[in-house]
Amino acid sequence: MISNMVQALNQALSQEMERDPRVVILGEDIGVDGGVFRVTEGLLQKFGSRRVMDTPLAESGIVGAAIGMAAFGLRPVAEIQFMGFIYPAFNQIISHVARLRNRTRGRFTVPMVIRTPYGAGVKALEHHSESTEALFCQIPGLTVVVPSTPYEAKGLLTAAIRSDDPVVYLEPSRLYRAEKQDIPDEPYEVPLREARIVKAGKDVTLVAWGAMVPVVLKASEIAEKTGVSSEILDLRTLSPLDTDTVIKSVKKTGRALIVHEAPKSCGLGAELAAQINENALLSLEAPVLRIAGQDITVPLPKAEDFYYVGPERVVKGIRQLMEF
Amino acid sequence: MLIEKFDPLKGGLLQILDEEGRVKSEFEPELAEEDLKKIYSLMVLTRAADQKALKLQRQGRLGTYAPSLGHEACQVGTAFPIQKEDWVFPYFRDLGMYLTVGYPLADYFLYWMGNEAGMRTPDDLNIFPLAIPVASQIPHSVGAAMAADIQKKNIAVVCTFGDGATSEGDFHEALNFAGVFRTPNVFICYNNQWAISTPRSRQTAARTIAQKAVAYGFPGMAVDGNDVLAVYASSKEAFDRARAGQGPTLIEAVTYRMGHHTTSDDASKYRLEAEVKEWEKKDPLSRFRAYLKNKGLWDEDFEKAVQEKAAEAVEKAVAVAEGIPLPSPEDIFRHTYKEMTPQLNQQLDDLAGALKEGRK
Repeated sequence: MISNMVQALNQALSQEMERDPRVVILGEDIGVDGGVFRVTEGLLQKFGSRRVMDTPLAESGIVGAAIGMAAFGLRPVAEIQFMGFIYPAFNQIISHVARLRNRTRGRFTVPMVIRTPYGAGVKALEHHSESTEALFCQIPGLTVVVPSTPYEAKGLLTAAIRSDDPVVYLEPSRLYRAEKQDIPDEPYEVPLREARIVKAGKDVTLVAWGAMVPVVLKASEIAEKTGVSSEILDLRTLSPLDTDTVIKSVKKTGRALIVHEAPKSCGLGAELAAQINENALLSLEAPVLRIAGQDITVPLPKAEDFYYVGPERVVKGIRQLMEF
Repeated sequence: MLIEKFDPLKGGLLQILDEEGRVKSEFEPELAEEDLKKIYSLMVLTRAADQKALKLQRQGRLGTYAPSLGHEACQVGTAFPIQKEDWVFPYFRDLGMYLTVGYPLADYFLYWMGNEAGMRTPDDLNIFPLAIPVASQIPHSVGAAMAADIQKKNIAVVCTFGDGATSEGDFHEALNFAGVFRTPNVFICYNNQWAISTPRSRQTAARTIAQKAVAYGFPGMAVDGNDVLAVYASSKEAFDRARAGQGPTLIEAVTYRMGHHTTSDDASKYRLEAEVKEWEKKDPLSRFRAYLKNKGLWDEDFEKAVQEKAAEAVEKAVAVAEGIPLPSPEDIFRHTYKEMTPQLNQQLDDLAGALKEGRK
């Protein structure tokens, strides 16, 4: 079925709810309104208000209630309307979602998904454009997932709902309607914790996720014209990291460029660079390079383009690595 | 219905026993003699275990501990109506709750001794590990109650917390959810007047905590938290309402924290000894003992037997807890995720290697 990412996510939710009566969804405006991005469109009509719950406007309450549901035996999928509003729930995520399994030695687990749109590039209001994925990657017990295409989005969300571990599922709002793809009608899983080799190459490894994947693809096409062959990795799961795929690729190409939209300092790029240094230093032809957002508050739309990483910056980085 | 008779906006407060243990109310619950004796035994056990925990802490055998002294009526009275299928979400000062639902005392000690194994709830008990971040467990209890509703199970879900918790956002979000979804929740606030050094008057300008329920659209009532019969009667009614699909209830059990906040706290810095002395007269155990005596259910022999049994159970629990082997390096890794990740395996290998070489 030809689908954009919103439709792909909707299919995953609908099919998992059909397959497993334990799957319920809750959040603000997800029922009657179908979600502000329409990801949950039609689910209330299909599954009823017991399983599709419009909640009060209370993020900690949503995540906290989902913890109780999960421990009780359900498989809740909680929607936080925008990542910028997830912080009231941060205590629940860090103190309970991530650690209940450990603190009860496996007696109580939290098989839940927290979905939320994130990232810049859609000319949105203040607080609607940040990328704070690294905050979640520092928390043991969480799995942090970011899709980059409709196909990936459906398969990864299906796998996230079926996972026995809690998953923070970050949806790049810039990609919601950016691309249409022919994806399978039937349910399928894209494995968690495995990076995807988007394109094989031999001169440089480009590591990206979410909305940076198409940016990096574009950059590699431009670089290709000057004879540089890029290998592109889409991490898909940001934590726990699939370090092996990254290291293998860097050992082959000898060069690594990490691209993320989040602020540069203490971003996930820093962890990747450290992993590469620890595990592939002697294969490197050039220092590991990061192209990332600046360490600033994401500007409002009039100045957003100064912040957003575009293909040209990535091409420049590739050139820098090749000329080192 | 008690909730109709004790309107929190009118300052109603249910007290069944006066300080001398005399029945002064028409609402004396109908409890079998065996149950009354059982409640007393549980209160005695709670106090004995609590005092033992303090001793162990002073001897360096148990870590920082939050004592339950003075809360025996709140804890046991709240817990007594709990049935097997119900779910329980306690906070960090709820020893009597754990003991009443049958949680192994050895495990409770083990947790405070610093071993997570003590928080592995037995498979046949639906009780969460105690929550340290204040009020954060209240939304969990609402979620469990919503899940029970979704699965059409007629159960009740109880959650306890202190007066300090009622200032937290999670208290508001959770009780608001409970009202909106009309969940089978029983919320019990042990209002012990102090959140570490912060007095009840600094938590809220509301006259009572019970009246907060009114704004969430469900009943609330205040009870004398040192009167186990009052706590039991209100708790029982709240459980019955929850199981009958009549929605949530908030109970404020007015009590006093007789001990320090924890063994790391010194309450003399911020409260007057005279206040503590005043509350000593309201001791929940002696009050209930007097009631039992008046009913002909208590004598010295009974007391001796109950105390001996409690002491024995406590000593046995300490021996069991201290006999449990220390956690292995694997233990601290293996419950992070369902399966070990490559990173965790690597880090475990590193730790094991370091330990083998005698390094840390």
